[in-house]
Amino acid sequence: MAAIEKYDLIVVGAGPAGSAAALVAARAGLKVIIFERGEFPGSKNMFGGVLFGHEINELIPNYWETAPVERALIEERYFLVSGNSATTIAMRTKDFAEPPYNGFSVLRARFDKWFADQAVEAGALLVCETLVESLIMDHGKCVGVKTGRADGDVYADCVIVAEGANSLLTRDAGIHAEWKTNEVGVGVKELIKMPKDVLENRFNLTGQEGVSMRILGLTKGMTGGVFLYTNKETVSLGFVAMIEDLAARGFKPNDLMEEIKSNPMIAPFIEGGSTVEYTAHMVPEQGYKSVPRLVHDGLLIAGDAAMISNLLTGEGANLAVTTGRLAGEAVVAAKAAGDYSALGLYSYQNALDASYVMKDLKQFKGFAGYLHGNPDLMDLYPQLANEFLKGLLTADGTPRGAKAKALLAEVKKKKSLFGIAKDLWRGWRVIK
Amino acid sequence: MRLVVCLKQVPDASEVKIDPIKGTMVRAGVPSIANPYDMHALEEALRLKDKYGARVSILTMGPPQATDVIKRAVSLGADDGVLLSDRAFAGSDTLATSYILAQAIRKMGEEEPVDVVLCGKMAIDGDTAQVGPGIGSRLDCAVTTYVVGVRSLDKDKKTLVVERRLERGVEVVEADMPVLLTVNKEANEIRYAALPALIESIKYEVPVWTAGDVQLDLAQCGLKGSPTQVKKIFPPPQKDIETVMVTDTISDPAQIAKLLVDKIEEAGMLA
Repeated sequence: MAAIEKYDLIVVGAGPAGSAAALVAARAGLKVIIFERGEFPGSKNMFGGVLFGHEINELIPNYWETAPVERALIEERYFLVSGNSATTIAMRTKDFAEPPYNGFSVLRARFDKWFADQAVEAGALLVCETLVESLIMDHGKCVGVKTGRADGDVYADCVIVAEGANSLLTRDAGIHAEWKTNEVGVGVKELIKMPKDVLENRFNLTGQEGVSMRILGLTKGMTGGVFLYTNKETVSLGFVAMIEDLAARGFKPNDLMEEIKSNPMIAPFIEGGSTVEYTAHMVPEQGYKSVPRLVHDGLLIAGDAAMISNLLTGEGANLAVTTGRLAGEAVVAAKAAGDYSALGLYSYQNALDASYVMKDLKQFKGFAGYLHGNPDLMDLYPQLANEFLKGLLTADGTPRGAKAKALLAEVKKKKSLFGIAKDLWRGWRVIK
Repeated sequence: MRLVVCLKQVPDASEVKIDPIKGTMVRAGVPSIANPYDMHALEEALRLKDKYGARVSILTMGPPQATDVIKRAVSLGADDGVLLSDRAFAGSDTLATSYILAQAIRKMGEEEPVDVVLCGKMAIDGDTAQVGPGIGSRLDCAVTTYVVGVRSLDKDKKTLVVERRLERGVEVVEADMPVLLTVNKEANEIRYAALPALIESIKYEVPVWTAGDVQLDLAQCGLKGSPTQVKKIFPPPQKDIETVMVTDTISDPAQIAKLLVDKIEEAGMLA
């Protein structure tokens, strides 16, 4: 068998970042090879399942006509749970049910495959079931990858690592240390199947409409949250929690999942459904502070491997698409200039810094730390909101003025008004 | 030397469920795989290629997406393959299938004579084990079934010696080539593809033959050529089995055996 030819670009990982990078580079005529360790793209993946579409639409106009999307998300619902009560803040708009749509729920196993196919159609070569074990370095420059297969070394002018949050390649190459337990979270998700009409009635949906929910109060004070969103005939329910918090409290993720499912405020959403899939995955949590150096000689890092995610807005996959795209464009420019050094590839960093990705990440860089330093936000605040509003709404013959005073006194027992004001002020400082 | 491996794409049996009411297989959403027995036949062919030098060709009959299993075979070291795909083949039973495959092998032989045809012992979706011997008898060549290994092969004398696993032991058989072997799982362990071959297999464009490409009497193909009729498929009835936990702490094998026999007798399972 002849030796493997040299490529312009090797992409490691066929997730949203990797496929976007490969698509852009292949469209520009570069010779691109993508390595995916799973049986097919998406088989190893999971994300919150909400794909904001703006970035994909720029790459593949009217993507919703061909992509395997589930439901157009028309409502974002914040659900503050404690005990038998929940306070809901929801925003619903029919405008999101119209093109270009704001976002869709998607199932990774199907969506990633479709997205990778777009890169293949543009000319990239997709090699599945192949693990990239290490980067091949030559005098500090990345020149290729070593795969787990026999005769498995492949060389290229540039490598883009987009292998997800558990990025061992970049760790082994000394680009970053092992992630600390407060930099990464564990995401657990169950896919719960139920008849379409039951689902639509339950969430007040018609046609292609869908809902996404962010649920606070069920993570026992751990940094993270519970999420729920609707697919065509399934509901995805899961949580993300910082690994440090899980370890410190000695919780097993599956026990917490069971507790969430049986919570009286959550159970009605999934009643009668049957779990058809259970996944767990590592997710970046810390945002800007964890982002390693992304541009090296012959090497770029994109997507979750770059620790790029936004805890506040729940964005991840669309950020990955953008980073992948910008990385791909930088490689195209580097080829044109014939310079694959860090300097030649630096347009990636410049483009990222100029984009919403890094601007948002910088703006919210203190957010994860803020949450982590205020376990009350995950636990006590939903409780206070529920108790206060429940008390106010209870008709029991007490004059409302007196009642409000008494309720406020109850609140003060648990958290001083000064403490609340301080938390709010800090929160505002972190995101403003 | 030319080897042909018959490779079938089947639903992954570990994920197939039986519809309890209709009694049919629920195939929707079930991933397709290469029939495991056929993969062991392929591995046996590749070992002969490694040892004696040969061209290994794959023959598959099925829908267009069945090219996947041919590509997989090429990634492991097969030289080429062909997919037989035509609506006229749909609904073929073992009689019609073995006819179509035998005719295709004859055509492959026109280009370069075929010395050994290798099939899996059976396919995991039908479990009949009829197609392999059916092809052999139509080609009028020697047939050895349940092969667990090829001991030796003589290219000059055109003979090979195989081991057959039978109920009472292993039978060693010498056969003249051309010969058809059906291969059992114990024969070998399937290799892991090297990267260069895997990349070649992804790029490999599988030739597709339709009914018109092979000399065929269409009356012997598809539903028309299939006298077998499946009247009903049903899962074996589930018996209510009572589990008995024996907690006695005895270590003498004779006593354990006696205790088990007593329990079985008690349960009324001995006539």
